Amino acid sequence: MLQVQGLSVSYRDVLALQNINCEVAPGELVGIVGPNGAGKSTMVKAMLGLVNSAAGSIQFCGLPLSRQLLQVAYVPQRSQIDWDYPITVWHVAMMARTVHAGLFRRPSRQSRELVQAALERVGMYELRDRRIGELSGGQQQRVFIARALAKQANLLIFDEPFTGVDRKTEDIIFDVFHELKAQAKTLLVINHDLGETLNHYDRIMLLNKQVIAVGPKEVVMTAQNLQAAYGDALKFAAA
Amino acid sequence: MIDLLLEPLGFEFMRNALTMGVLLGVLCAVVGSYMIVQQMGMMGDMISHSVMAGLPISVYLGLPLSVGALAAGVLSAIALSGIESQSRLKMDSVMALILASFLAIGTMLVTILPGANRIDLIHVLFGNILGVNIADLRLTFSITVLILVAVFSFYKELLFYTFDPVGAQAGGMPVRWYYLGMVTAISLTVVANLQTVGVLLVIAMLVAPGMTAYLLVNELHHMMLLGTLFGALSGIMGMYLSYYLNVPSGAAIVLVSFSLFLVTFLLSPTQGLLTQSGMTQQLTQQLRRIWR
Repeated sequence: MLQVQGLSVSYRDVLALQNINCEVAPGELVGIVGPNGAGKSTMVKAMLGLVNSAAGSIQFCGLPLSRQLLQVAYVPQRSQIDWDYPITVWHVAMMARTVHAGLFRRPSRQSRELVQAALERVGMYELRDRRIGELSGGQQQRVFIARALAKQANLLIFDEPFTGVDRKTEDIIFDVFHELKAQAKTLLVINHDLGETLNHYDRIMLLNKQVIAVGPKEVVMTAQNLQAAYGDALKFAAA
Repeated sequence: MIDLLLEPLGFEFMRNALTMGVLLGVLCAVVGSYMIVQQMGMMGDMISHSVMAGLPISVYLGLPLSVGALAAGVLSAIALSGIESQSRLKMDSVMALILASFLAIGTMLVTILPGANRIDLIHVLFGNILGVNIADLRLTFSITVLILVAVFSFYKELLFYTFDPVGAQAGGMPVRWYYLGMVTAISLTVVANLQTVGVLLVIAMLVAPGMTAYLLVNELHHMMLLGTLFGALSGIMGMYLSYYLNVPSGAAIVLVSFSLFLVTFLLSPTQGLLTQSGMTQQLTQQLRRIWR
């Protein structure tokens, strides 16, 4: 069980997140939605200790999450990666096993098998010797999904995994999400899209600096909640 | 032809200089490759200028110049990280300020601290590879071995950290230590280069071999290996050019390095300007447009 209690984040006296509380059970797929600047990425980064939180606690399976980062797989936004970096698909996926292998050691045979299986699952094993920058956006995202799978984590966090991907990749990613759910993994996904993709989630968290609503899609995505989260921006978008 | 190659080897200063050129070629290519993939090229420039602040303090305290230079280089990178993370300022402007400030501190301390005025600023700025002695070679050899062992030992961690620093931190890796290790390695490399090309040209030694290799390969370790070859080749060719044309050695090494880059930039099989399909035609059309 992931438990977030009273999480607040501020950047130089500007409040980015205020008093976030939520619980996510094993085997649950939760989508986080909200307008640009709502603090979606900040929330997951604060949970992982990537940005300092002003207050709050984050526990996973009863212990502080910061002490069990090996249990976490995090897929960052595409914009955080330099796609011109000289590295092959295989080595990107193998990064999942870096901490497991330990210092001064090469990844074990088991690690190599896990990476191979993960790349095969997303249909990228055949392209394992390609430079990451030679792939399409969807293929690149699948490599990062494989990296998350190969980590064998219990909590998986994805920051806008559907940005710039093709339909095939989107289907593969949702299939993988459902498989991970079946394995009782806990999944948090930041989703930019407010369309049909939201049907895949067990619960939606609507965010704008604070939690506007959490629950099934039908309960959360009401006109009133959307107005509270997006204000007039959504009307303009709809028009 | 053989005589042309052997004649300079009759002089001890040339043997020392050539050995130094090869050692620095290896060292700079490895450290420089990390700088290129991390887009830290200008940080190398900042550190190389900032080491100036440590030199007069070293002289004043009776320490080897390399100690003060290393400390000032690392301190400048820590200052950069501190200011950049605690303000809205962007990295490039902070680097510009730190570079100039540390250089100014160095220049001022040379005149203020007793005994520091014996530092030859021209020598520090432009280097003098022909004055390399056995002690310099020992220092550079030690730095090269130390950095190669560190890179070999932490290769997979550094690969992760330099490719996806946020992911590495999220995975529980101590990224601050890797940053510190990286800037220490850059500072040590600058220290090793002080005698050879000086602080003004060291940035070219650091980035040129790695940049050339980057245009030819697909993986970081291949970039380092090929960069090492380009770096060593630049050192050797630059020294021979300097010997026979009677031109400054540091500048000759850097210009050979740049020439190798230029040839690769034009002719690299995969990324060359003239080898990509249709590129020559586009270039000709653009030149015609400019001409008209």
